Amino acid sequence: MTNSFADFAKAKMLLVIGSNMTEAHPVAATFLKNAVLKGGELILVDPRRTDLAGFASIHAPIKVGSDIAFINGLMHVLIKEDLYDKKYVDSCCTGFETIKAKVMEYPPERAAEICGLDVDMIYQVARRLAAVKPAMLMYTLGITEHTCGVNNVLSCANLQMMLGNVGFECGGVNPLRGQNNVQGACDMGALPNVYPGYQKVGDPQAQAKFEKLWGAKLSDKPGLVMPHMMDGLVTGKIKAFYIFGENLANSEPDIKHVEHCLESAEFLVCQDIFPTETTRFADVIFPAAAWSENDGTFTNSERRVSRVRTVSTPPGEAKPNWWIFKELARRIGGQSWTSNSAQEIWDNEVSVEAPQLCGVKYARLEGDGLQWPVPSLDHPGTCTLHKDGCFTCGQGRFTPVDWTPPAEVPDAEYPFTLSTGRRLYHYHTRTQTGRCQGLNDLLGEETADISPADADSLGIEHGEMIRLRSRRGEVALKAKVTDQVPPGMVWMAFHFREACANWLTNPVFDPVSWTAEYKACAVRIEKL
Amino acid sequence: MAKSTLMMNGREVGFEPGQTILDVARAHGVDIPSLCYLKDCTPTGACRVCLVEIKGARSLMAACAMPAAPGMEILTESEKVVKARKLNIELLLASGRHDCVTCEANGDCTLQDLAYRYKISELRFERPEKWYPTEDLNPMIIRDFSRCVLCGRCIQACNEVQVNRAISFGYRGAAAKIITSGDKPYHESDCVFCGQCVEVCPVGALKEKKAKGLGRPWEVEKVRTTCPYCGVGCQLWLHVKDGKIIKVTAVEDGAPNQGRLCVKGRFGYDFIYSEDRLKTPLIKENGEFRPASWDEALDLVADKFKGIIAEHGPDAIAGLSCARSINEDSYNMQKLFRAVIGTNNIDHCART
Repeated sequence: MTNSFADFAKAKMLLVIGSNMTEAHPVAATFLKNAVLKGGELILVDPRRTDLAGFASIHAPIKVGSDIAFINGLMHVLIKEDLYDKKYVDSCCTGFETIKAKVMEYPPERAAEICGLDVDMIYQVARRLAAVKPAMLMYTLGITEHTCGVNNVLSCANLQMMLGNVGFECGGVNPLRGQNNVQGACDMGALPNVYPGYQKVGDPQAQAKFEKLWGAKLSDKPGLVMPHMMDGLVTGKIKAFYIFGENLANSEPDIKHVEHCLESAEFLVCQDIFPTETTRFADVIFPAAAWSENDGTFTNSERRVSRVRTVSTPPGEAKPNWWIFKELARRIGGQSWTSNSAQEIWDNEVSVEAPQLCGVKYARLEGDGLQWPVPSLDHPGTCTLHKDGCFTCGQGRFTPVDWTPPAEVPDAEYPFTLSTGRRLYHYHTRTQTGRCQGLNDLLGEETADISPADADSLGIEHGEMIRLRSRRGEVALKAKVTDQVPPGMVWMAFHFREACANWLTNPVFDPVSWTAEYKACAVRIEKL
Repeated sequence: MAKSTLMMNGREVGFEPGQTILDVARAHGVDIPSLCYLKDCTPTGACRVCLVEIKGARSLMAACAMPAAPGMEILTESEKVVKARKLNIELLLASGRHDCVTCEANGDCTLQDLAYRYKISELRFERPEKWYPTEDLNPMIIRDFSRCVLCGRCIQACNEVQVNRAISFGYRGAAAKIITSGDKPYHESDCVFCGQCVEVCPVGALKEKKAKGLGRPWEVEKVRTTCPYCGVGCQLWLHVKDGKIIKVTAVEDGAPNQGRLCVKGRFGYDFIYSEDRLKTPLIKENGEFRPASWDEALDLVADKFKGIIAEHGPDAIAGLSCARSINEDSYNMQKLFRAVIGTNNIDHCART
């Protein structure tokens, strides 16, 4: 996030795209609802009429995957009606002429047709957004989990720059991260193209720096992204695969394909706190310490590094994850890593190596933690990035993008769009929440959420067992008839193994981020 | 503009426009007790515990609801105030089944603290004989109406803080009750089990079911940590007894969650005690897993990796880190892959 959660309740205008915040980020949603109660305005853009719609002045129920057309349409109106922030665009941004040329191809009439909206709504949203400054944009996986995910993100940034909203409190572009430490895992360099602190693999200076720090020769070749690793298991390019704390067999699109990949692995190591559908395929399983059995840090969506503390020892022989890696370093490479606790790893290595984290030491994290960048020990942390429109990279760059439809759209054989996400009472593949007393009582099974209109035309009753079929698989589960879902859509989560959405989802990816298109595939509904 | 001032217990204190008398008192370290007051919410003045005497006013005023005004002369603990406050506390004590020994809130109860502070030793008023039955039907929250003082904090937490709008006052007079829409039990209502009502309940009317009987407040050590679920990073207090988490509450005023939690953060902690936990390294042999020592399992992986590196090169090994685990774990894993194995084939599920 460019901004902070503390901004949410203070914002005067909030634009939420592709985020079912009340279920996926419930506490963040409370601040947003507070803002509305205090007179702030919420515009919700989402194919589903989610709970936030009840707080929105406008709910734009765009078709799944039409975000770029919608935002290009908004920018068309902003330029045509001279509502954009000319001063900001001139002084803080580059590439306005190219974006202008692109969005001129998206008059509201065209955008509305792609999005399945009334054309007035596009005018209305654009004019409301231009009327209140700054406006704060939040998005979640509704933006990123598409084959055009990166372009969707660029569109959000384009819109906020055109409105002059980046770099101010209660403004900015704010992706809510789905997992407690997905921000941190990126910051730590658990990515194939960057070292800790986003220093690029392939940059000779960065490579030399880390070779010196780690006392080892490093590869200058960026590594493989997850989908390519999985493919590599089948082709034999990857011989050994080491999965730490991921349940790929449920969480990745097209479970049959994923399991075929895992089965093909010549040697598979899993490190986890529970046996999962994925550990079945392992040759060796390492038992790991869990959340409250570790001292350490998480980094949240607003770049805040916070402490995690130990209350008890791990069960049996389970060990801290960092210890397992350290032991392997010794046994594989004869390396003797000196850091012998999470604190030593952070204070002596991470915060020395990652420029954004230089000022973060455990001693400074006792209370509310610190938001990076924290370039020095006396730096208070950073609530808002690109302050006052002074972009970290110099000037904000408009990047024109075209709308592209999802890879698989409904047809005669598979006439419905399946979109997926999370529900309130469970988390991901239920390895944790499925083992918490009471949560299964609050939500004990998956449903296929369908619209009353479709239920009616298919003769399906609420609670009736139905079968969903895609080109990749099928699941049988109960229908939940709800007006949250528009006609033509089926909505499911991936929490329950038997009725997991990922038996159906499409393993196609954004060509830059390699994020899968969980939000759109084609299915048909069969009565049982 | 010069700051406005008023007199509080004979001392001149400054205040900002819009502050209530209670705000001013707390800003200057004057301890006016309160019960129904909930920070950042619309004051209700329901409990009359924060009564203060204002010179010139005809009656005592609720400090939580009364705006401060320049020149006010306020007494927060005068004889008149104490007498009225005591009476109100006695009435609250007589309103329900406030028998501390059997109450889960014992040791963490505002009413108990007030009775102690004002030295109330016996009940002058008769207690009602009947109460609404306790609701113990959902898996998370016990609603014990016999202990409810109708202060309305739960309603404010639900409607103004979390904005879930699941509960409100229902019925009237002696029949008054905190109800969901249609007076249905929580699990059949709009309740989403964030538990904010439990968090703010000043007595024992709303309690965590999973924590029942597991530990008294004075037996518990509170450990601050960060929630293991979504990317908001809520700050939690783990209430720990004998090395075991017995319940979770929010860190008040802590960033980013400002004392709020959701159902998973508050009630999703006990997975760590599941019997399913992996407790020993496992090696697969003939399709079955068998327990192994760390030395054997680590050496097996090390030897296998070394063999693959020698035969196929380091890029034949790939790894995925975990977006749920701590930073330091991800750091060490990527370092293992880069500096020891010699490949950049390290990724995690950020892209999915």
